Amino acid sequence: MSSVPDASASDASVVVPSAPPDLPRRRLVNILLGTGLLASAASFLYPIVRYLAPPKLPDLGGDAVLAAKVADLKPNTAKTFRFGTRPGLLIETAAGEYRAMSATCTHLGCTVQYRPDLREIWCACHNGMYDLNGRNISGPPPRPLEAFEVQVRGDEIFVRRKQEA
Amino acid sequence: MLVVVAWLFCIGTLLSAQSKNSCLECHSNLPEPLGVSVETYSQNIHGQKGLTCAACHGGDASSDDPEKAMSRSAGWKGKIERKQIPELCSSCHSDAEQMKKYNPGLRVDQFQQYKTSVHGIKWAKGDAKVAVCTDCHGVHDLRAPSDPRSNVHPTNIATTCSHCHADAEYMKPYGIKTDQFANYEQSVHHDAMVVRGDLSAPTCTTCHGNHGATPPGVASVTNVCSNCHVFQAQLFQTSPHKDAFAAMGFPGCVTCHNNHAIQHPTDEMIGTGEKAVCIRCHTEGDAGFVQARAMHDQLESLQSALTASEEILGRAERQGMEVSQPMLQQGQAKDALLKARVTVHAFRDSEVKRDTDAGLAVTRQTHIAGEQALKEWKFRQVGLGLSLVMIALTLVGLGFYIKNLEKK
Amino acid sequence: MASPVTSVRAWLDERFHLDEFKALAQKKKVPIHRYSYWYFLGGMTLFLFGVQVLTGALLLLYYRPGADEAFESVQFIMTQVQFGWLIRSVHSWSANLLIFMAFAHLFSVLFLKSYRKPRELTWVSGILLLFLMLGFGFSGYLLPWNTLSYFATKVGTEIPAQIPIIGHPTLLFLRGGEEITGSTLTRLFGFHVAILPAIVTLLIVIHVGLIQYFGMSVPPGIEAEWAANPAARKEIRFFPNFVLRELMAWYVALGLLGALAALFPWSLGVKADPFGSAPAGIKPEWYFLFMFQTLKVIPAKILGMDGEMLGILSFGVVGAAALLLPFLDREKPFNTRRWISGIACVFLGYMVAMTVYGWVAK
Repeated sequence: MSSVPDASASDASVVVPSAPPDLPRRRLVNILLGTGLLASAASFLYPIVRYLAPPKLPDLGGDAVLAAKVADLKPNTAKTFRFGTRPGLLIETAAGEYRAMSATCTHLGCTVQYRPDLREIWCACHNGMYDLNGRNISGPPPRPLEAFEVQVRGDEIFVRRKQEA
Repeated sequence: MLVVVAWLFCIGTLLSAQSKNSCLECHSNLPEPLGVSVETYSQNIHGQKGLTCAACHGGDASSDDPEKAMSRSAGWKGKIERKQIPELCSSCHSDAEQMKKYNPGLRVDQFQQYKTSVHGIKWAKGDAKVAVCTDCHGVHDLRAPSDPRSNVHPTNIATTCSHCHADAEYMKPYGIKTDQFANYEQSVHHDAMVVRGDLSAPTCTTCHGNHGATPPGVASVTNVCSNCHVFQAQLFQTSPHKDAFAAMGFPGCVTCHNNHAIQHPTDEMIGTGEKAVCIRCHTEGDAGFVQARAMHDQLESLQSALTASEEILGRAERQGMEVSQPMLQQGQAKDALLKARVTVHAFRDSEVKRDTDAGLAVTRQTHIAGEQALKEWKFRQVGLGLSLVMIALTLVGLGFYIKNLEKK
Repeated sequence: MASPVTSVRAWLDERFHLDEFKALAQKKKVPIHRYSYWYFLGGMTLFLFGVQVLTGALLLLYYRPGADEAFESVQFIMTQVQFGWLIRSVHSWSANLLIFMAFAHLFSVLFLKSYRKPRELTWVSGILLLFLMLGFGFSGYLLPWNTLSYFATKVGTEIPAQIPIIGHPTLLFLRGGEEITGSTLTRLFGFHVAILPAIVTLLIVIHVGLIQYFGMSVPPGIEAEWAANPAARKEIRFFPNFVLRELMAWYVALGLLGALAALFPWSLGVKADPFGSAPAGIKPEWYFLFMFQTLKVIPAKILGMDGEMLGILSFGVVGAAALLLPFLDREKPFNTRRWISGIACVFLGYMVAMTVYGWVAK
């Protein structure tokens, strides 16, 4: 910190050009400072302005995923859909109810399928079987399939994660 | 006083529920081979259900007098001959009425099955060396099969069979190989069952049957494997190999995978490399050779694409970039590879290609995601550098400004 | 000269008598002596708080409080939102720097004895601000809802539960229930973005207002020197001289924050699973570590009383002592001034040692 005598007598905040030899140097400093301030302010503001603009992709999680249209499914049929980055299985049971669950087998991760002949969910890799609630009923799978919530809005079927408390 | 009476009452009822077994009282003090310790018999499921030695050996177990206990008139049979054992056991175990009293869920057709088995057929002809009930189930320490210490608990069955079937001397008269157990020990099924404790893995009896033990014939091998490996079997049935193998008398799955020494399959098994099974039959120039090579290349390409994506995503992650989404997506490509390895059993490269193409579509995306992540990282460093330059500029400017200000 | 700046100035001057403000601003002086660099810390703390407010407000545009959405929304910010990674990482790093700076400011004020009469209330408001900053840190930490934050909050809220009588109600108050759930997240979110900011704003206004009112304190030693030799007294104007220097320091801080965010981006972690088991070696953020580690090493029983509870009560005692420090510094009946520096030194050493110990311990 430079030790400077108190200069309250004069208004030191206003730059008054004194002797000509100082002028170019003073100008240079001002330009330097001005540029620096502007440029650094720009480098702070640019990310903030970009941040404020919403991204193109729809956001992840929380929201419901449009799994299918009502017309896509008939009783006792199913459809695989994308849920985030994992596959999901949407089933319309013979009684006309909708069930949705993760389509990733809990044994070794293969994608399961609906068997209309058995009215159960089947994993082709090692013959694992799940019931329509996703419970593992036969074969190697150690855990049930994660069940999702189904919401029908008009002619569209939405699937989302089960809501926690 | 009341406590003592109550205690005595309890003990009394306990003892009477367990019918008196005088045989054990003497024989537990005798040396082998006549000796059977109380501890041994206490493990026996029959003993636990209240049956005495007399249930099998006859005689009168309630009498302490050896003359009376071991009297022929009381039905005492003495030592049971080996060839008498199946019929002895079946005298209860084939009697539904009798078995219902103890465990209604038990089957009662073991003896029927046994008579159809190789063991049973030879036994009927008088062969005393073949396995009878007690050889597998044990005798005096006979435990329920669900007991992990039982000789016929799934984890122990292979060892039990090997007592005879791995003994070259014993098996000499029969002219069959004795390397099955040694082979099985190397297999992926043994690993699953014995090492990892997966009770759903196959052991000897799973494929050969337990009481009706007969090795599957050439034609029925695929049926046996297909109980678990459903998809592979279905594909095989539609493949060109089905008729070809049948014509040459080759068994289905076993020809390539072995029956006992089933190793974990690798991508090397398919193709035309030196470890491939295809070149055992196919040679340069034939259609099968071409298909084999094509299928191998497809699997290789997906595997290497997977590895490449993993590598680039790993690098991006280590640099602090957020790549959890593409990493999750990789799972789909892994699924595709798993599926492709199953589809191989259709032995048509066009089928395999469908699965590998699906996987490659995913790996293309994940690889791009990895590249983008690395690019983004570079962009950030450049951005940082630029803004640091601006900041430095400003700092220098400020410094001089202050200096100028205070010069006055 | 009809430059835009001059005309705007004239317009304002007609209404607000700018000259009065100008004169007031010119009056403020900053004493210059060998300890003057420490004067920067307060402003730096304020600056970092400003950074938190700005980045926090920006994060609020995309963050979603709620157990099933919080983690995903932070992931969204880190991956999809333009420069979201920058805003979030700056917010996390600046939080840590802010708390560090607050402690540094506290200790510098303590050792330079700026809390003496007439500045007692400035000190008190400052200590309250420190507690509130720690509250910000604690409440903010849960918001990403990942494994670390879930279990750190679990452990952290269990500690005050040990206090007799008020312990369990405190736990219920902090958690919004018996366990850490979505309700906890909502509650801590409310504290973090509304309640704490409101209280802190008020306290900052008071704190800075008091500083303006009383002017900058000079340490006793320097005061004595200047009393003996008035010519040695040095001062510079706050506007613009000291402010320009502070601006330089703030620019350095900005550069540091940018570098930290770009080179060491804050990790996302794994989404919290309340049914999962706590990761081995779970510990709170570094600024709580010395307390956490103290409770870990304290023996189970001290003189027949529960060790952990005694530990917590002792934190309370230390906190109260810190709050009331200006009133404990007296010359009659007992000269406590030297003792205060000594004890504070020991305490600082203890805090640093326990923090390092907690960091390296498994």
